[in-house]
Amino acid sequence: MKPHSGPIRTATADRIQPVNAFLVCAAAWAVPGVGHLWLGRRQKGIVFLIAVPLMFVVGLWLEGRLFPFQISEPLVALAFIADLGIGLPYFIAKSIGAGAGRVVAITYEYGNAFVIVAGLLNMLVVLDAFDIAKGRK
Amino acid sequence: MTSHLGLMVVFALFVSTVFATLMRDEPTQQLAFGARLFGGFIGAGIVIGWLLYPLPF
Repeated sequence: MKPHSGPIRTATADRIQPVNAFLVCAAAWAVPGVGHLWLGRRQKGIVFLIAVPLMFVVGLWLEGRLFPFQISEPLVALAFIADLGIGLPYFIAKSIGAGAGRVVAITYEYGNAFVIVAGLLNMLVVLDAFDIAKGRK
Repeated sequence: MTSHLGLMVVFALFVSTVFATLMRDEPTQQLAFGARLFGGFIGAGIVIGWLLYPLPF
């Protein structure tokens, strides 16, 4: 099938121009996929809405840790920033006591990888939503 | 689940799904690109695993 041509993209950009790109980014960050749903990219939004939080939940299930912000430990601080990329699910997990991380669990490092990468993937999703809102895609 | 291979497959599935959805617009293209990414992740993981196997540490 032929990919979208220029006029279709221009029409999409025209349709979404009144949307505040930064509000879209905030929504996309808070709930993965919501930015794309807002911008009318339903298929992409639904995939992100399912895949990214599910990856985060699998990471917690594997006893991964939600890292705190510790400036004295630069790698921990970076992991915190990556974790935070997932948005509201981070705060929900924190509030219910998930993500304590059991270091002796055999799946601890795997869980960390899942949780951190889920946050980083959501950051990419936010950037994609920003580009769409600006009419670049 | 504690199998390294199993967890790598699950990880590759999530990452390739999100990347394919981000980088392609048409569902058929997403499927094809996602399958290629997934295969690449698994293939690279197995090849690198075997390359590291003889290392003593």
